[in-house]
Amino acid sequence: MSRLLLCLLLAIPAAHAQLRIEIVGGGASQYPVAVAQLKGEERLPHKITDIVAADLYRSGLFKIVDGGGLAVIPSEPAEVQYPTWKARSADYLVIGSVSPLANGYWDIRFRLLDVDKQSQLTGFAYQVTPLQLRNTAHKIADAIYEKITGDVGVFSTRIAYVVKTGTRFELQVAEADGYGAQTVLASNEPILSPTWSPEGTRIAYVSFERKKPIVYLQSLLTGQRSIVANFKGSNSAPAWSPDGKRLAVVLTKDGNSQIYLVTPEGGSATRLTNSSAIDTEPNFSPDGQSILFTSDRGGSAQIYRVSVNGGVPERLTFDGTYNVSPRYAPDGKSFAFIQRNSGRFNVALQDFASKQAQVLTENSMDESPSFAPNGRIILYATEVRGRGILAAVSSDGRVRQRFTTESGDVREPAWGPNIKSP
Amino acid sequence: MAMKKLLIRLAALSAVLGLIAGCASTAPKEQDPVPVVTGTASKPEPVKPPPVVEQPKVTPVKPEVIVANPLKDPGNILSKRSVFYDYDSNVVKDEYKPVVTAHARFLTLNRSRKISIQGNTDERGSREYNIALGQRRADSVKQMMILLGVQEAQIESVSFGEEKPRSSGKDEAAFSENRRSDIVYDGE
Repeated sequence: MSRLLLCLLLAIPAAHAQLRIEIVGGGASQYPVAVAQLKGEERLPHKITDIVAADLYRSGLFKIVDGGGLAVIPSEPAEVQYPTWKARSADYLVIGSVSPLANGYWDIRFRLLDVDKQSQLTGFAYQVTPLQLRNTAHKIADAIYEKITGDVGVFSTRIAYVVKTGTRFELQVAEADGYGAQTVLASNEPILSPTWSPEGTRIAYVSFERKKPIVYLQSLLTGQRSIVANFKGSNSAPAWSPDGKRLAVVLTKDGNSQIYLVTPEGGSATRLTNSSAIDTEPNFSPDGQSILFTSDRGGSAQIYRVSVNGGVPERLTFDGTYNVSPRYAPDGKSFAFIQRNSGRFNVALQDFASKQAQVLTENSMDESPSFAPNGRIILYATEVRGRGILAAVSSDGRVRQRFTTESGDVREPAWGPNIKSP
Repeated sequence: MAMKKLLIRLAALSAVLGLIAGCASTAPKEQDPVPVVTGTASKPEPVKPPPVVEQPKVTPVKPEVIVANPLKDPGNILSKRSVFYDYDSNVVKDEYKPVVTAHARFLTLNRSRKISIQGNTDERGSREYNIALGQRRADSVKQMMILLGVQEAQIESVSFGEEKPRSSGKDEAAFSENRRSDIVYDGE
């Protein structure tokens, strides 16, 4: 283990500090799951079961029951001693095996068993390259999560965020658990507002590298960059339409900050909002028909909704004088935003139907909320002892997590889409 | 004795090299590499002291007499480049109006010169909303200059939001230094 760690330190520049997740608080009811060692997994560089158990644990919805200390490791249902697992108070048991294939691939199998009913709930086999082992572990965790909770798992998704170290800014992409961080853009000028394309292969962002904010688009597959918006004045706050055909951006080419629609290829911009105030932070509804945005047209910063075809915006927030950074929940039934109360900035969630808002966090400097694709978790930036870190809160406010690093300020998180690979 | 130390160092060095070589073949890559792109215009630029006489802008009024660049002459109001604001305000306060007026006059007399007005905010609140607030500050200076006769084509007002603080402090003294518009001439 120490050798592996040293290898990573030598092979990767120091700026690639890993994000580590700590759980703060937990769910009210937790599913007890035992993850038995997969037969043969000791040959892998990362134990699959460690990653699966860590994923499930971090969601706050599972209690991980000790799966070790067995005389015989079961890899098939017939080998399972159910009374052992009942005695350990496990409702669910994960078993499986890992074996090398002739072509350098690994065969990974797992089954999720119901301990009471002594029956299989789900099971998959994967043939993967060594590079895909961590992702496979996340997919197994997703399958278990989905079967038990009925929700979509997001362990195999990715997140993007900006790390500032001294005067250096890096746009990084990592697995949802913070591992495998890769720098996709490094600059000595600020990088802001990364946002994933719906298919998850491109990121739009704002860069100051030409001494003003300009919106760029970058492919994660080729690294190729292009300009989405570089008009006179400032260009910022990119937001993708769900079909990936348009972006909403904020431009000042005609004067004050207003929302425009552009195509990913750039070119001309169509004005969407028409006020003499600030209109910014656009965010598309999941059905692509509406846009939430922040405006001070009423005298203070509040959240409004407008049709993508234009028209008169509707004001949605009335509580306090600073409600900003709206983001639709993936089901379109609520939106997350940042609310200022007595000088503190917190993540809040407002239901469209009831118009009731609930403050979800207890920090003082929260910014940039971003929903997980299943809507169960909101990732956001906050400050602890003057340093920028990422944190997450479940959308019911019960489970809280913090992503910590050894160095640098981490900010501007964006949770990537759920890409269902075959 | 010295020889022994050298041997120890060589052994340590070869151990490290061996480890690196070992890593090349055994360190697992955790996901497909994502290409790294470095912003082309974001090379580190060491801060150079401003030259007292900027060569390309020297204007000989009479033969043998060299006039210092008024934009860089500490005795000239044109060397003042910042306008500071109250909290949550974009009003150009009276004390900064002479600075804006002086630059407006310079620009009306030098129609080929262009400026960027860079609006800035303190660190509180949403980064994107602060881009919009900084823009409003830069625009307040721009509007004043246009009223004073500067052509719109000579000015680009942009915002850095909270991203380029002059002071990294967390108190009101620092915040008030960061709520500002900076006037930057083309080529500077």
